[in-house]
Amino acid sequence: MPALVRIGRTLRRTLLQAIPTMLGIVILNFFLLQLAPGDAADVMAGEAGSATEESMAALRSRFGLDNPVLVQLMHYLNNLAHFSLGFSPRYGMPVADLIGQRLPGTLTLMAVALVIAICLGVVLGSLMATFAGRLPDRLLSIFSLLFYSIPSFWIGLMLIIFFSVKLGWLPSGGSGTIGSRLTGWSAFVDKARYMVLPATSLALFYVAIYARLTRASMLEVKNQDFVRTAYAKGLTPFGVTARHILRNALIPITTMAGMHIGGMLGGAVVVETVYSWPGLGRLAFEAVMGRDFTVLLGILLLSSLLVIIANAVVDLVHAWLDPRIGAR
Amino acid sequence: MSSTDIGTFHSVARTPYASSAEAEPPVTSNPADGPAWSNVKAPDARSQQSSTVTVTNGRRALKVFLSNPNALFGTSFLVFVIVIALLAPVLYPDDPLSMVGRPFLWPGQDSAFPLGTDSLGRDVLSGILHGSRISLFVGLTATALGLTFGVLVGSLAGYFGGWVDDVLVRLIEIFQTLPSFVLLVVLVAIAQPSATTVTLAIAVISWPTVARLTRAEFRAIREKDFVMAARSLGYGHARIIFREILPNALPPIIVTSSVMVATAILMESALSFMGLGDPNVVSWGSMIGTGRELVRTAWYLTALPGLAIVFTVLALNLIGDGLNDALNPRFSQDR
Repeated sequence: MPALVRIGRTLRRTLLQAIPTMLGIVILNFFLLQLAPGDAADVMAGEAGSATEESMAALRSRFGLDNPVLVQLMHYLNNLAHFSLGFSPRYGMPVADLIGQRLPGTLTLMAVALVIAICLGVVLGSLMATFAGRLPDRLLSIFSLLFYSIPSFWIGLMLIIFFSVKLGWLPSGGSGTIGSRLTGWSAFVDKARYMVLPATSLALFYVAIYARLTRASMLEVKNQDFVRTAYAKGLTPFGVTARHILRNALIPITTMAGMHIGGMLGGAVVVETVYSWPGLGRLAFEAVMGRDFTVLLGILLLSSLLVIIANAVVDLVHAWLDPRIGAR
Repeated sequence: MSSTDIGTFHSVARTPYASSAEAEPPVTSNPADGPAWSNVKAPDARSQQSSTVTVTNGRRALKVFLSNPNALFGTSFLVFVIVIALLAPVLYPDDPLSMVGRPFLWPGQDSAFPLGTDSLGRDVLSGILHGSRISLFVGLTATALGLTFGVLVGSLAGYFGGWVDDVLVRLIEIFQTLPSFVLLVVLVAIAQPSATTVTLAIAVISWPTVARLTRAEFRAIREKDFVMAARSLGYGHARIIFREILPNALPPIIVTSSVMVATAILMESALSFMGLGDPNVVSWGSMIGTGRELVRTAWYLTALPGLAIVFTVLALNLIGDGLNDALNPRFSQDR
């Protein structure tokens, strides 16, 4: 199977390139976090209200915070080699478990937002390309630029004001009704109701990007010979747009979508703050505030891994959309 | 800013390029391009690289820019915000964080406070006017720093190639793999929030995009005949980089820079919304952050500073679009 071999080769190359990047990220982050004033023991002592020198020292030695920096780094790398992200002094549980609790929430939020952004963006972009230069194009272009300029946290708050406070249609925060015993379809509807506003606020910024990108690449594809051929053999305009133009225009969009995974995670930090969504971004923020560096390192590492995986997936999607790409 | 940059660029670019320019397709080759309405695509500009370099005529670019109503609107609004930022200490000499009136006055309720007061009786209008100072300061300074460093790294990587390129690309890759806003939060939290650290942190996370763009441009231009000519004349590396290649690589960088200012302003506001801004200075983001608690009763406290952000950022993006149309006349860019 040449296709499988090709995919295997692509994956192996991605993996080989990813290893030094990941190592660089770990080491860079590690030293960066060492620069921060204070450690987890300081914050824990501060929150407890009082602490003796002895108990602080005991805390530090228990979590290895009193070792020299290089020893700590070696220890951390050793942990990683055993697929362990370490132990959080603050939450009192392994970092992997902690992240595992929060990751699904953030991933669903990001996935829903990405789907909304791509669907809306492609539809708007196709409309803009179809009416290029005419009134609908101008209006939609201004709108997309407006979306691009709105901070996600602000539109989040505005959506809360409108849909939760004024209309009372949708809940203003959280990820599900507390203490509800819903199952099956009603549980899904309940989750979806909590998902609508955060996902929309996260997606709006990217809708603008995808709409403009779709427009640009569709206009580019439109003038190529195979499109003229498709029209000449009598296909309907919709058929040509959907099957010939859009399919080819999707390639830059998938590239951008892969690049946006990291950006979306950053946006999730802010949106999760607005909607008190229990996710990874919120955890990262709490970890920064609590000087819980093991958790923070784990999150940074994991999210970088997510970006690398997303880019690998994009490569595969490209190979599927355009066989010429994989053949190279 | 645009006119002077393009002007110098024009004078440098014209001589070595005059012959190769005729091979380029005419600018108005695309039928979809109306004369008044041009393509809006600044946000995507950062992903673009022009492998074929066209001659950009400075005067023509300025004319295109000035005939674009959106770009003109953006420019005038930005000028308006800059004037406000400069005049804020004159119009409202008092500290915008001081309590001046009755709390929770809605906009229009009291003519002394046209945009009302917040929960502590602070004047909202004064806050918005003073907030423009920090937004513009952070946006412009962070962009200037990020541009300088990014162009430097990108030009070195693109010009020299080889192991220099390998190392620098690896560095760029590391920064682009890390989620930038998470890294920004970490950096600011480590360095203790203040206007300076926020600016530096935003510069740290924004340089890789510029570096990548510059590198791509340099790689494309490096192979051109005029660079070879410059090399055979015995010009030094520095002269070739800064006098020969850089002016020709500038158009996409200029476009990116206006989008960068917009992004920096958005990031600053998000940071101060989360309580990671400079605590001693009023900023639009921090006003939204404090207004957030009262969103049910006094939503104007959240809405008004947000509108200030939206319009300022929109103005910058409109300028970016206008610059893109003026400087990158080729409709389709090779990706």
